Amino acid sequence: MKRLFKTSVAVAMTVCMAAALTACGGSGSQQASSGSAAIKIGGSGPLTGPAAVYGNAVKNAAEIAVEEINAKGGLQFELNMQDDAHDPEKAVTAYGVLKDDGMQVSLATVTSAPGAAVSPSYAEDKIFAITPSGSSPSVIYADADNMSGAYGNVFQMCFTDPNQGSASADYIAAHTDLGSKVAIIYKNDDNYSKGIHDTFVAEAAAKGVEVVTEQTFDDSNAQDFTVQLEKAKEAGADIVFLPIYYDPAAIILNQANKMGYAPTFFGVDGMDGILTLEGFDTSLAEGVYLLTPFSADATDELTVNFVNAYKEKCGGEVPNQFAADAYDCIYAIAQACEAAGVTADMSADAICEKLVEQFTTMTFSGLTGSEMKWNANGEVTKSPKAVVIKDGVYVGVED
Amino acid sequence: MNKISSILSRSQDKQKRGRVLSFAIVIIAYIIIEIMLKTGSLSSLFSSLLVPVTCYVVAAIGLNLNVGISGELNLGQAGFMSVGAFCAVCVSGILAGTVTAGIPRLIISMICGAALAAFFGFLIGIPVLKLQGDYLAIVTLAFGQIIKSVFMNAYIGIDSEGLHYSFVDSSFKLQPGGKMLLNGPMGATGTAKIANFTVGIVLIIIALLIVYNLMFSRSGRAIMAARDNRIAAESVGIPISRTKMLAFVVSAALAGAAGALYGLNYSTLVPNKFDFNTSILILVYVVLGGLGNMTGTIISTVILILLPELLRSLQDYRMLIYAVVLILIMLVTNNEQLKSKWKSLTGRKAKGGASNG
Repeated sequence: MKRLFKTSVAVAMTVCMAAALTACGGSGSQQASSGSAAIKIGGSGPLTGPAAVYGNAVKNAAEIAVEEINAKGGLQFELNMQDDAHDPEKAVTAYGVLKDDGMQVSLATVTSAPGAAVSPSYAEDKIFAITPSGSSPSVIYADADNMSGAYGNVFQMCFTDPNQGSASADYIAAHTDLGSKVAIIYKNDDNYSKGIHDTFVAEAAAKGVEVVTEQTFDDSNAQDFTVQLEKAKEAGADIVFLPIYYDPAAIILNQANKMGYAPTFFGVDGMDGILTLEGFDTSLAEGVYLLTPFSADATDELTVNFVNAYKEKCGGEVPNQFAADAYDCIYAIAQACEAAGVTADMSADAICEKLVEQFTTMTFSGLTGSEMKWNANGEVTKSPKAVVIKDGVYVGVED
Repeated sequence: MNKISSILSRSQDKQKRGRVLSFAIVIIAYIIIEIMLKTGSLSSLFSSLLVPVTCYVVAAIGLNLNVGISGELNLGQAGFMSVGAFCAVCVSGILAGTVTAGIPRLIISMICGAALAAFFGFLIGIPVLKLQGDYLAIVTLAFGQIIKSVFMNAYIGIDSEGLHYSFVDSSFKLQPGGKMLLNGPMGATGTAKIANFTVGIVLIIIALLIVYNLMFSRSGRAIMAARDNRIAAESVGIPISRTKMLAFVVSAALAGAAGALYGLNYSTLVPNKFDFNTSILILVYVVLGGLGNMTGTIISTVILILLPELLRSLQDYRMLIYAVVLILIMLVTNNEQLKSKWKSLTGRKAKGGASNG
C-alpha cells in the first residue's frame, strides 16, 4: 500500500509539473501575430540539439526583421519557425507542419543536410524559399555533383561552399606575402567543412598554391589538435587554412600558441564569432585572416541598429553571420513582395512565381553585402570580404 | 495431464488472439489512412510521417525478436538500418538507368539492403553468439559506431565508365553526367524518392508473418528455451549459438529492409542519422511496447514518433514533456498493482463473456 501511495504521489506530481510547463509553453508562444492579413513566412532550423546556436540565431534575427517591417505598416508578415534538430527526417515533418499552417513564403532550412531533404518538396509544391545559411549546392541543385537541375524557386542568401573554398584559394594565391605552404585542418564529418576543403584543394592546385598537409578531425576528437598542429609544423606550413566553425578554431589557436607555432591562420565565415566566444583570449586571434560577409563590429548604420536590436532581444548576445543572413532574407523577401505587389491573400503558388521573377532581376543591399544579385539557379553573387583581426576588431583588407 | 494440455491450449488461444490483433491493427490503420489520403483529409504533417513510421515499426519488430524473444541485447539496430539504407541508395542509383519503374527498383533495393544487413549480422554473430553474457550488446554497440565511421569515409560514384570508389577521399573525377552515390560525410544526396506507404505496410505485414511464424515454430520454441534456461536447453540438445544466430540474423535483415525503405524515402541521407541515439530510440520503442509483444511494439512506436510532433505547439518545452511522458509510461506499465487491477478487470470481462456465450 505504501508503495502504491508513493507511486501515485510521484505520478500526480509529474502531471502537475507537466501541466505547469504546458501553461508556460502556451503563454510563451512567440509568434509575431499581426492580424489575419499577414503573409506567412515559414522556416525550420535546429532550435534544439548541438547545432541550436545557428537555428536560434536565425530565428531571433528573423523575428527582429519581421517586427521592424510590421512596425512600419504596409505589408505585414508572420513568422513560423519550426525545430528540425539538424535532422533531414525532422525537417521533412517540419515542412509538413508549416504547410498545414498555410506557409506562403519560406526561409527553407538553416542547415544544409535538412535543406537538401526539403528542397524537392518546395519545388514540387511551388513555394518560394530562400535559405539564410544552407550553403551546400545540394540545397539548390537536384544534381549537385554536376551543378545542374536547379530547383529554380529555392534561393540562397549565403555563398555556396564551393564559392568560399575557391575564393579563399584565390586570395591566398594572390597574396604571396601571407606564405606559400598551406596546411589544412578540417572537420571531415561535417558537410560544410568538407565542402569548402574540397573546392579549396581543387582551386589551390589550379592556382599553384602548395598544400603541404591535410589534417582532419571529427566530432569525437574536436578537443585536442596538438597532433594536427605538430604535423603542420613539421611540414613547414606557414599558412594554416581552417574551414571550420569558431569553437574548434579557438582551441587550435590556443594550442598553437602554447606550442610556439605562429603561422598565418586563415578562416572562412564559420570563424566569425570567435571574438565573442566566452573565455577566449582575443589576443590569440590577432592576425587571423577570414572571409566573411558580415562583421558585427562594422560601423554603418544598418549594422549598428541590427546589432543593438539583437543584443537587446537576446540578453547582450552579439549576432553572428547566421543571424545577419536571416535578417537580410526577411528584408529581401519584403522588398521583393512590395515590388511585385504581393498581398497576403494570394496563393503560395502565385507568390512563388512573382518572387522568382523579382529575385532574378532585383538587386538587394543588406547587412551581408550591397548590390546582391541572384541568378536563375538561386545562387547569390556577392563577393566575400577578407578581413584581418587587429586589436580585437575586424579590419577590412584592401585587395 | 488433462490440466496441462488445457493450460497449453488456452495459452495458445491467447497467442493466436494476439497475432490476429496485430495484423488487424495494421490492416485497419492502413485502410483508414488510405481513405484519408484519397479524400485529402490527412494533414501534410501526418502524410510526411507515414513512411518513416513504418520503417521504425519494422526495425522495432526486428529488435523485439532479438531482445524479447531471443533475450540478447542489441545496441546497434541503427547500424543495421544504415547498412540497409546506404546499400539500397547505391543499388537504386546504379539501377536508375536500367529499371526505371519505381516499385520494382524499390523492391530490389530493399532485398539487397536486407541481405547485406543480414550478412553483417551473420559475421558479427559467428564469434559473439558463442559467448555467454552481454557480449552481443557490447559488440553491436561497437558495430554501430564503426559502420557510421565507414560510411563517413566512403565515396562511391557512378558515371559512363562504371563505378568508382574510395575510402580515402573523393579524389576520383567523374565524367560529366556522373553521380556521387555516397559522398563521405555528406552522405547520399539527390536520391530519387521511390518509397511509399503501401510498401511500408506490406513490409510490416511480412515482418509480422516472419516473426510470428518463427516464434511459434520448433526453432522459435528452441530460441525461447535457450533464453529461459541455457543449460536445460543445451542438455536436451538445442544448439544454442545456432538458434540465437537465427533470431539475430532475421532481426538484422528486418532492420536492413526498414533502413532501405527509409533511405529511399528522403532525397538526402547522412551517416550521422544512424547513430547510437537512434539505436537507443528503437530499443525504447521495444521496451515500452513490451518485450516479446509485437502488437505493443507497433503501438508504442507509432505513439512515440507522433508524440513530439503533436507537442510542437508547446515549442521549447516539447522535448521536456516528451521525457516526462516517457517516464510516466514506464511507471504505469511497470506498476504491479495497476497490472493486477487491469488483469482482474479484463479477466472478469472474459468470464462474463463466457457465461453469456
